[in-house]
Amino acid sequence: MEFLSYLISGINLGSVYAIIALGYTMVYGIAKMLNFAHGDVIMVGGYISFCAMSYLGLPGWLALILAMAVCTVLGIVIEGLAYKPLRSAPSLAVLITAIGVSYLLQNTALLIWKAAPKVYSPLIAPTKANGEPNALRLFDGQLTVSYISLLTMGACIVIMIALTLFTSKTKMGKAMRACSEDKGAAQLMGINVNATISTTFAIGSALAAVAGVLLCSSYPTLQPTTGSMPGIKAFTAAVFGGIGSIPGAFLGGLLLGIIESMAKAYISTNLANAIVFAVLIIVLLVKPAGLLGRYVPEKV
Amino acid sequence: MKKMRIKQHTRTNFLTYLGVVAAFIIMNALSANGSLSRSLTGQLVPICCYMSMAVSLNLTVGILGELSLGHAGFMSVGAFSGIVAAMSLQSLIPAAPLRLAVAMLVGAAAAALAGLVVGSPVLRLRGDYLAIVTLAFGEIIKDLVNCLLVGVDASGLHVAFNLTGSKTVEDLGMQPDGIAIIKGAQGATSTTTIATFTAGFILVMVTLFVVLNLKYSRAGRAIMALRDNAIAAESVGVNITKYKMMAFVTSAALAGAAGALYGLNFSSLQATKFNFNTSILILVFVVLGGLGNLWGSLVAAAVLTVLPELLRAFSDYRMLVYAIVLILVMLATNNPTIKTFLNWKSNGKEAA
Amino acid sequence: MLSKLVPVPSGSMIPDRDIDKRPILECISLGITFGGLKAVEDFNLTIGRTEIAGLIGPNGAGKTTVFNLLTKVYQPTKGTILLDGTDTHGMDTMKVNRAGIARTFQNIRLFQDLSVEENVKVGMDTQMRYNMWSGIFRLPGYWKEEKVAHERALELLSLFGMEDLADVKAGSLPYGAQRRLEIVRALATNPSLLLLDEPAAGMNPSETAELMENIRKIRDTFQIAVLLIEHDMNLVMNICEGICVLNFGRVIAKGSPEDIQKNPKVIEAYLGKQKEA
Repeated sequence: MEFLSYLISGINLGSVYAIIALGYTMVYGIAKMLNFAHGDVIMVGGYISFCAMSYLGLPGWLALILAMAVCTVLGIVIEGLAYKPLRSAPSLAVLITAIGVSYLLQNTALLIWKAAPKVYSPLIAPTKANGEPNALRLFDGQLTVSYISLLTMGACIVIMIALTLFTSKTKMGKAMRACSEDKGAAQLMGINVNATISTTFAIGSALAAVAGVLLCSSYPTLQPTTGSMPGIKAFTAAVFGGIGSIPGAFLGGLLLGIIESMAKAYISTNLANAIVFAVLIIVLLVKPAGLLGRYVPEKV
Repeated sequence: MKKMRIKQHTRTNFLTYLGVVAAFIIMNALSANGSLSRSLTGQLVPICCYMSMAVSLNLTVGILGELSLGHAGFMSVGAFSGIVAAMSLQSLIPAAPLRLAVAMLVGAAAAALAGLVVGSPVLRLRGDYLAIVTLAFGEIIKDLVNCLLVGVDASGLHVAFNLTGSKTVEDLGMQPDGIAIIKGAQGATSTTTIATFTAGFILVMVTLFVVLNLKYSRAGRAIMALRDNAIAAESVGVNITKYKMMAFVTSAALAGAAGALYGLNFSSLQATKFNFNTSILILVFVVLGGLGNLWGSLVAAAVLTVLPELLRAFSDYRMLVYAIVLILVMLATNNPTIKTFLNWKSNGKEAA
Repeated sequence: MLSKLVPVPSGSMIPDRDIDKRPILECISLGITFGGLKAVEDFNLTIGRTEIAGLIGPNGAGKTTVFNLLTKVYQPTKGTILLDGTDTHGMDTMKVNRAGIARTFQNIRLFQDLSVEENVKVGMDTQMRYNMWSGIFRLPGYWKEEKVAHERALELLSLFGMEDLADVKAGSLPYGAQRRLEIVRALATNPSLLLLDEPAAGMNPSETAELMENIRKIRDTFQIAVLLIEHDMNLVMNICEGICVLNFGRVIAKGSPEDIQKNPKVIEAYLGKQKEA
């Protein structure tokens, strides 16, 4: 039973990673850039929803929508101002710019909201008014699964399915896949490459906002650096599953969360991150393109 | 025309060495007559370390062409092994400069070993995958050092691994005269600081010497060849794996030496100092200084280490300003429109 | 091993053709399959020690794939490659080169940011012996070998009259010169078989004529075999002693230039069947 509860907390954490990783992987797939500012968009999403709930007194769902809206705009603006001018630049230049954007977001947040952590009020409170845990009880109460965990897992699955359908069925989704294969050819087929990339950033950032709200609901402290580590982990998850692949990001996120949770429970709290990263290295050595990634050899 | 070209790179190298020597003399003179601020004097050794880190990372990123996001990991290995060496050799080698040199060599060797362990499987990966693995390596090193307890007494070194967080220095089982060198998450807390600016200067010169001479030898040629076109390099018989390892391990060893000097400059040092942000910081030096351009790395490292100090007037806004400057510089140097404009201007100047 | 860095014989010395009749290259029923598609099948070819041979065929016939198999860019799924009687099974690209096959690429693959001379010197890397430490500390081995390498690089470049370009960045060379540099770089590895993938592509008629002369000169000076892929029939028919025609991954004809020109299968492969025309 203990194992099951660790597993569930792992899946919960993994679902958050997966949502972030989905955004990461879409952006990488199309823009071929490591967007290190992605994690900080999560943090912005967290703060926006925090302000909406704590200062404006808005209900949770409205705060979520507001956070998504702000982050979507933020994503488009970042892409347009910082990344679009560097479309033909070497990837390293774009990487450094992304790091600059990451510093910019963190330090802006630091100025606005200060360094002291905020206590986040989760979307679904962990306990009811009468003090009972707000959770699903299984096996005569031996195992409890909080509703926020259920919500997180549900959201993750819904998002994964929605994205898969979106990229395979809709016109915009197909345009995204075309751009990620070959931008030049896509342009010749009449696809507006710039608009497609902007849309991808918009979707990725909206997902980051969702992830931010869910992350802070499960782990309710919020700081300007809140997004960094989950950002790096989600990036790892995306690579783990095969970067550019939507099911890969989902799978990678979940596995990463579970491995982290298990390592914390059974091996060492201090080394949980190290173990996660070690597993990543091993996976990449065995499958150089990640679990579900496609290895494309260079044409000679 | 031919002779002129050859002169050009030898001249650049010569000027680079000369610049470092000149900077060293000027800084020494300034600090002797007290015209350097205290905070800047304190920065002299770290600046040397960052310069050396930047040059060594340029070997991996600029010359070998592989993105590494875990260079601080090697610095960390060098720092803590260097501290352990220096602290445990205190009675054996009383002369501080010699002990420092030995500690830096130990740091270099330990980091080279780490480079060998990480590099041998990992250099088969390509591009961004290599980047993520080096990032992972940096994080792993950080966590491992955070769990490390090391002490020394008359009977020798005592090492324990604090896996669950329950162990303390007491668990090392040292005799009463023993001293704790590394205390887990607290890091190294009572290091005797023996780093000097002169040592920093020598470190920078040695790093430059190694990287420049490697670059302009058969190995450097092969390394740059496989960067430009790995398939072609293989097709003319170049042993890709060997040369990749050579560059990567050399780069790690130099970072280790720099780490050891850095570690011995502070009485207290935590593993978290060498996190992902530090790796990124050094990468920023390399990219802003120019890939493969060693004097550029030196200048960028020095300027960007001092810049936050100079921005002190902006107080809370200084990191914000730093971020904006970083983005603007990247845009200015890489946007095709702006680049064409700048080139056009400088060409115009040459013609005039 | 430094002795392998022998200077190129200068002047128009044409040595006696080898009496050695053993072939330098033998391919025996070579084949490769990409996900069910047989890209090259049952490929047999024998090349003499100092022969200039041509590999021709319509686009997509699998010519470059044959080169990639010979140089182990792809591992063949079937068949045997004997280089000077030695099975190259299990070798990788690097080892095959060290065993004696050097090549150029259809889509030029130079070391863009290195100078012309450095490009050639990379080709000599396998023949140099001084180690990393000699390089860093500039020990005598460094000076000795670098001097020889420099002289030999200039001599090889002079084959194509490129010695004045030695310090130019390879990436900034004009197209034709880039193709020539690829050949020089391949020669620098001391091959016994030189593979040229469309050496005349993008060249004008006078450049092509010069190239033909140079290919002959290379064969005569170095006494090596040359296998070339080329679409320029004038070049192929003029300098090749033996020609092999590929279509859809299979050899459809082999023989002298005269035989090939008359072969109905070859005409059909290039022009299509009479009925369809």
